[in-house]
Amino acid sequence: MADICRFLKVAHGWFSSQKMKILMFGWEFPPHISGGLGTACFGLTQSLSRLKTRILFVVPKAEGHRPFGGVEIMGAGSVQSPNQRIDYGKGYGQRSVSSVRKRGGVSSNIVPIKVNVNLRPYFTDEFLFGETRLQRWDYQVKESRNNPRNGKGEKEESPFSFTGGYGPHLMEEVEQYAQVAAIIARDNSFDVIHAHDWLTYPAGIEAKRMSGKPLVVHVHATEFDRAGEDINFQVSDIERTGMEKADRIIAVSQWTKNIIVSRYGIPENKVTVVHNGVAAKPDKVCAAMPLIGEPVITFLGRITHQKGPAYFLEAACKVLQKFPDVHFVMAGSGDLLPNMMELAATLKISSRVHFTGFLKSAKVDQVWAISNVYVMPSVSEPFGIAPLEAMMSGVPVIISKQSGVSEVVRHAIKVDFWDTEALASAICDLLTYESLNNTIKRESLEESKKITWDRAATKINIIYDELTTKT
Amino acid sequence: MNSRPKPDVRNLNIYFQVHQPRRLGQFSFFDIGTHRDYFDDGANQIIMRRVAKDCYLPANQLLLKLIKQYPLVRVTFSISGVALKQMERFAPAVIDSFKLLAETGSVSFLSETYYHSLACLISPEEFAAQVKMHQERIHHLFGMWPTVFRNTELIYSDEIGRAVRDLGFEAVFADGCESAMGICSPHHLYKHPDNNGLKIFFRNYRLSDDIAFRFLQKGGKAGPLTPKKYVQWLDGIPKDENLITLSLDYETFGEHQKKQNGIFQFLEGFIALLATDKKYRMVTPEEAIHLLPPVASMSLPNPISWADREHDLSAWLGNDMQRDAFATLKKMELGVIKSGNHDLLAAWRYLQTSDHLYYMSTKAGDDGNVHNYFSPYASPYEAFMNYMNVMSDLSLRIDTSDLSRNLKPVYHKINIKSAVP
Repeated sequence: MADICRFLKVAHGWFSSQKMKILMFGWEFPPHISGGLGTACFGLTQSLSRLKTRILFVVPKAEGHRPFGGVEIMGAGSVQSPNQRIDYGKGYGQRSVSSVRKRGGVSSNIVPIKVNVNLRPYFTDEFLFGETRLQRWDYQVKESRNNPRNGKGEKEESPFSFTGGYGPHLMEEVEQYAQVAAIIARDNSFDVIHAHDWLTYPAGIEAKRMSGKPLVVHVHATEFDRAGEDINFQVSDIERTGMEKADRIIAVSQWTKNIIVSRYGIPENKVTVVHNGVAAKPDKVCAAMPLIGEPVITFLGRITHQKGPAYFLEAACKVLQKFPDVHFVMAGSGDLLPNMMELAATLKISSRVHFTGFLKSAKVDQVWAISNVYVMPSVSEPFGIAPLEAMMSGVPVIISKQSGVSEVVRHAIKVDFWDTEALASAICDLLTYESLNNTIKRESLEESKKITWDRAATKINIIYDELTTKT
Repeated sequence: MNSRPKPDVRNLNIYFQVHQPRRLGQFSFFDIGTHRDYFDDGANQIIMRRVAKDCYLPANQLLLKLIKQYPLVRVTFSISGVALKQMERFAPAVIDSFKLLAETGSVSFLSETYYHSLACLISPEEFAAQVKMHQERIHHLFGMWPTVFRNTELIYSDEIGRAVRDLGFEAVFADGCESAMGICSPHHLYKHPDNNGLKIFFRNYRLSDDIAFRFLQKGGKAGPLTPKKYVQWLDGIPKDENLITLSLDYETFGEHQKKQNGIFQFLEGFIALLATDKKYRMVTPEEAIHLLPPVASMSLPNPISWADREHDLSAWLGNDMQRDAFATLKKMELGVIKSGNHDLLAAWRYLQTSDHLYYMSTKAGDDGNVHNYFSPYASPYEAFMNYMNVMSDLSLRIDTSDLSRNLKPVYHKINIKSAVP
C-alpha cells in the first residue's frame, strides 16, 4: 500500500511537472565552467529535462550554449533593454562538462591583486577545472586590461554586461544580475524559481518579487565551508537573506543542512536534502601517464584550508615510515600550495611528494589511472563529487566524515579529517591487504553508478510539485 | 512404545541462543608489532552489564517463575563459552540465575563450540577441542553433560554431522530452510544419511523469525504480535507433523525487542498458553529423541545456516575480505599450536568468534541492515582493517618469520621496513 502511494506520488509529480516550467538562475554552465557548480547544474538540468521539466536557465553570460532537451540557456547580458522582450533563441552550444573555460587572450594579462578586503584572493592558474576543478570558490581576483564590464561580444545596445566569472567586480555583477532577473521574470512565464548558490540568490529574490512565484534556493556550499570561521559577512548575509526569502531550501547534504540550520538559523522543516549525483564516465582510453613509481596515493582538489591538504601530508609522513617507496601526488592548486611544498620539505618527504599544479580533465583521468588510493581529507565538504569520480575510475577512496558525499557512499573508508593516524593506517591497510583493496574497488564502482542525477532530479520534481500545489 | 505420544499431542522444543562476542579494541596498522591488548573489555563489560540488566536477568526470572507455575514448561539454552566467560567476569548474577534454572530440571543446555567459531571449517582437531572445552564448562557450571549439539549459527552439513556424531552426540540442530529441505516439512525428527544414529532437529525459521525480527510488524494494525495469534499459527500446522522447533536469540527479549513494546508479556503469555494447552507438549531435545523416531534421513551436502536470506555461509565468508581473513586465521593454526603458548592460543581462539567475520559482510538490503545492527564498526572495511591488523600482530607474536607471509603488500615492488619493534 505504501509502495502504491509512493508510486502515485511520484507519478503525480511526473505528470504535473510535464507542464512545469522552471526559471533557473546559475552562475556557470557548460562549456563555461570553472567548478563543481557548473558540473552540478549541468547534471541536474539534463536529468530534469529528461523527466519532462522545462527549464529556462539563466547565466550571466551565455556564449556558445545550445539548447538541449527542455533546457533553454539564456545569458543575462542579452537582455537588450528593460522594456524589450528577450530573445534567447540563438547562439547556443552544448559541450562536454569537462570543457575548460578559457578567456581568449586574457590570461597573459592577469595580475592577481587584492580588490576587496573581504574577498580572499587566491592566486591560481587559469585552468582550474572540473570538480576538483574546484575553482568555483576561488573568487579569483584578476585584473585584465580589457574592461570586464565592456567585454568582447557584448552588444552595444545592451545596458547589462557580464563576465560571468569571479572577477574583481563580482559583487557588482551579482547585483546587476538581480536587476536583470526582475526583467526576465516579468517577461517570461514559469511556475517555480530555482537559484543556485549565493551569487544568484539576489536574482532569485528579485524574480520572486516581480512574479510572486515560489523560490527555491539550492545550497551547494556555504561561506562557512569555504572560509571556516574567518567568514566574509557580505557573502554570508546574502546567503542568509536568500535562505530566508526562499520558500524552500535544497541542501546538497545533511552536513550542509546542519550548517544552514545552526549557522543561518533556518527552521529545519524548510530545508530538504537532495544529494548530488555523478554523471556516467564516458568510456575512453586515456593516454598513459609516465609512472613515477608505485604505489601512488592521490590528493586531488584545490590546495586550500577547506580541503585539508596538510592532513594529507602528515599522513603521508606516517605511511612512509612503514612503506618508504610509496608516492604521493598532490594535484591542484590554491593559496596553500607554497605552504604545502614547505611542509613536505619540513617533513623531509619531498622526494616522495609530487605537486602537479592544475590538471586538465584528460590529465585527471590519467591520474586516476595510476592512483592506488584517493584521499579527500576535507575539513568541511558540502558534497564532493571527486570521490565519486575516483570510484567510477576504480580507485578506492578514503574520505573525511566531514563531507556530504560520506552520507551517500557506503563503500569507502571514512575517517575524521584531523585523525591522520587513522588516515595513515587506512592507507597502509589498503596497500597491505589485497582483498580489502579489491573488495572496495569492486563494490564502490557498482555503487557510484547508482548515485545519479536522475535520483536527485526526481526528488527536486517532488519539491516543485509541492510548491505549486500548495494552497 | 507406551512412551509414544498420542497423535493429537504435538511436541514443541524452544531453544534460546545466548551469545556475546569479545569485541576487539581499535588496533591501527601502527599498532602492529606493539603486541598491545586486542580486546576492548571496557566496552565488553558495559555491553554485558546492559544486556544482563535488560535481557538475561529479567528473562531468566520470568522463565523461573513460569516453570514454578506450570511444571510442564520446558526450555533449552545454547550459551556460548565466550558469553559464559564474560558473564562470570562482568555479570556473575546471570550465571547464578542460569544455575537456578538448571536446578529446576525443566531446562536443558546444548553443546556448541566454546568460542562460537567456525572451527568446524578449520580442522577436526580444533573443532573437537572447542566442543570439549564448552562441554566441560557447562558441566562445571550447571552439572550436566550436553548430549545434543548446536553448531555456531546453525551451520550444518552432512560432513559436520559426521564430525558431531564422532564426538558422541545423539542429535544436532539445523535450520529448516527450503534450500535444505525442499518440500519436506521441518516438523519431524530426521536422521543422518549415514545411518550413524545421529538425529536432526530442523528449526522452523519463519515462525522463529516472526518473533525475533517481526514481532512489532506481525500483529498488523492491532499492534505487536499476541501470544494468542501466534498459537493460532501453530495450530494451523498439519496435524501429522509432530515436532516444532523454534529457536531465537535470547537477546530478542529486552535487547533487540524492547521491554516497552511488550516482548516480555508476549514471552509469558506464549509459554503459559503452550503449557496449559492440551494439544501441545513442551519438550527438551533429549525428551524429543526419546519420544519420537526419526521419520526419514535428510542429506545436506552443502553447508546451511540460519543467517541471511541465503541460509548458507555467505554471512561470514561471502566476500574476498572475509575469505582472506578466515584463510589467514586458518593458516595460523599450526604455528599457534606449535608455540605451546596459552596466551597466543586463547587470543587466536577469541579471534575465531564468527562475529568478527560477520562484521565484514558487504551485503546490502535487509540482511545488510542486520549485519550493521550488530556491528560495532562503521563499515565492513573498518572491521576488516582492525581485525587484520590484530591478526598481523598475532602472527608476529607466533613467529617473526611469518611477517613476510602475513604482511605482504599488494604491490610487490614495495619494501616493508620491519614492523618488529
